[in-house]
Amino acid sequence: MARLIAQRLFNSLVSIALASVALFLIFEMSPETVAADALGQYSTREQRDLWLAANGYFEPMHVRFLDWVRRCVTGEFGQSRLYNRPVSEVLGPRLWASAMLAMLFFSFLIPLSLGLGIAAGMREGSLLDRGISLASILTTSVPPFASAVLLTAIFVFWLGLLPGTSSMVDGFRWKELILPAAVLLLYDFGYLARITRASMADVMQTAYIRTAVLKGLPNWWIILRHALRNALIPPFTVIMLQINWLIGGVVVVEFFFAYKGFGSLILEASLTHDLFLLQACTAVSVLLAVGTQTIADIGYGLLNPRIRVAAVK
Amino acid sequence: MTDTTQTTPTLRSLLAESPILVAGLSILTFWLLVAIFAPFIAPFGPNENLIPMAMPGTRVPDGRLMLFGADHLGRDILSRMIYGGRTVLTYAPLATLCAYSVGVTLGLLAGYKGRWIDELLSRFADLVLAFPVIVLYIVIIQKFGASGLNILIAVTLASSPGIMRLVRGVVLDLRTRAYVSAAQMRGESTLYIMFVEILPNARGPLIVDACLRLGYVTITIGTLGFLGLGIPPPTPDWGSMINESRHFALVFPHMAIFPCLAVSSLVLAFNLIADGLREISLAD
Repeated sequence: MARLIAQRLFNSLVSIALASVALFLIFEMSPETVAADALGQYSTREQRDLWLAANGYFEPMHVRFLDWVRRCVTGEFGQSRLYNRPVSEVLGPRLWASAMLAMLFFSFLIPLSLGLGIAAGMREGSLLDRGISLASILTTSVPPFASAVLLTAIFVFWLGLLPGTSSMVDGFRWKELILPAAVLLLYDFGYLARITRASMADVMQTAYIRTAVLKGLPNWWIILRHALRNALIPPFTVIMLQINWLIGGVVVVEFFFAYKGFGSLILEASLTHDLFLLQACTAVSVLLAVGTQTIADIGYGLLNPRIRVAAVK
Repeated sequence: MTDTTQTTPTLRSLLAESPILVAGLSILTFWLLVAIFAPFIAPFGPNENLIPMAMPGTRVPDGRLMLFGADHLGRDILSRMIYGGRTVLTYAPLATLCAYSVGVTLGLLAGYKGRWIDELLSRFADLVLAFPVIVLYIVIIQKFGASGLNILIAVTLASSPGIMRLVRGVVLDLRTRAYVSAAQMRGESTLYIMFVEILPNARGPLIVDACLRLGYVTITIGTLGFLGLGIPPPTPDWGSMINESRHFALVFPHMAIFPCLAVSSLVLAFNLIADGLREISLAD
């Protein structure tokens, strides 16, 4: 088992190392554009050269790369031009804001999707099962930007129940988080429910469940003690891998509802050519994506006895 | 590689076998017809400035009806929607095709050749998949600017690793089959074996995946337009239409609602087709 974990961690480190080379090449390949981005488009040639010299851009490529990696690791991402503050100071609160949104989203997603998926998978082909399949294919077809518009039209324009923006100008209010979380939920719950359903349906057809039924065990006991444990392995992996996708949904939702989170920050950084901010955001998002992929891999190994045993041998 | 005799399915037998496939094909056909015959259907030109912020049902002085109203520049929303169908039905299939050409070729290479080629390509796929998809798009468009071509490039780069992995998995299973060994004995070239012997037998899961991916790419193109990173104005594009309407969403919501319904119905069509095809392939 330790070997499996070590192997997965090593793979992730290789991915991060390769990604950092790629990021360096994309962002820092030409010092000219870096200087233009850092000082703004109205800076003069002399200013840019002075800035480049002061920041070590005339060093050889490998020295620059190592220095760049050192700064990324220690969190010295430089100064954000847009906010005129160190990038790390800008990044912290924004990440926290998105984490709140993600927590709200997951706290509804997990009970809802797993509950529906398990209920549907227990009795394949039932009315409930068909209903859930149809609902999930419909909701996953509405892109987040479209459901944001439609939900706003219904709950803000017609019913007047919820605020239409989530800028939190009057301090933090949970009410402003409802629509953003609902948009993410609407797009995503069907997918997870379908994965859970398929996995539950597979488990219900295995020999050990048939044995339990034939032994005359009560239904709830079979589901709780025998089926769930195995049926929840694929949904667990999918939930972890969702983070990668979730970042995309978060960008859309935060942009639409003017929520000051990580997703809207990365878009702002890109649209205003705030290079150091964009670098930091990209680096953080890669860490998030690779980190959750690694947890999913290791968790899958820990939960699945077959893989656990195979790893020991 | 001989095809067994296939009876061409009639619409009725198809409807009995998979109603959702027929439903998906019907929606897709509707949008294809709308896109092809756009100039004959649309009551106005896509960039014709008439009455700004006209409510749905307003008539212009010459009596023509603006069924869905007009946007902030006075352009007829229905006409822009119809022409927007052309944009998305050009770029989504084109981008998916590009991604598939690259992904399938690399996947065949990795799966059939194996060894260091597989190692190298799989590492590269891992690298691309280490980035959240939206971040890839944002970085690429920020670097190279928003244009139709750059969208094709970005979608290809972001989706081909996933396709490559899928193809590689199928090929690993197929390459030990007798017909592949037979082709190797005959001395066929690697390219011939990859594309003529293996690829046609891998088509089942690929076709389903391609339909699903068409849906994703449609969402992606819409999302990029919505974020202001898509095909530049004034080209009519559903995502951009929604982006432009954002500021009026609280007073004038139908400006965004109709394009939202359009893009959702198109994605639904692709998803239904994928589901129907999967259903049929499982039934066989």
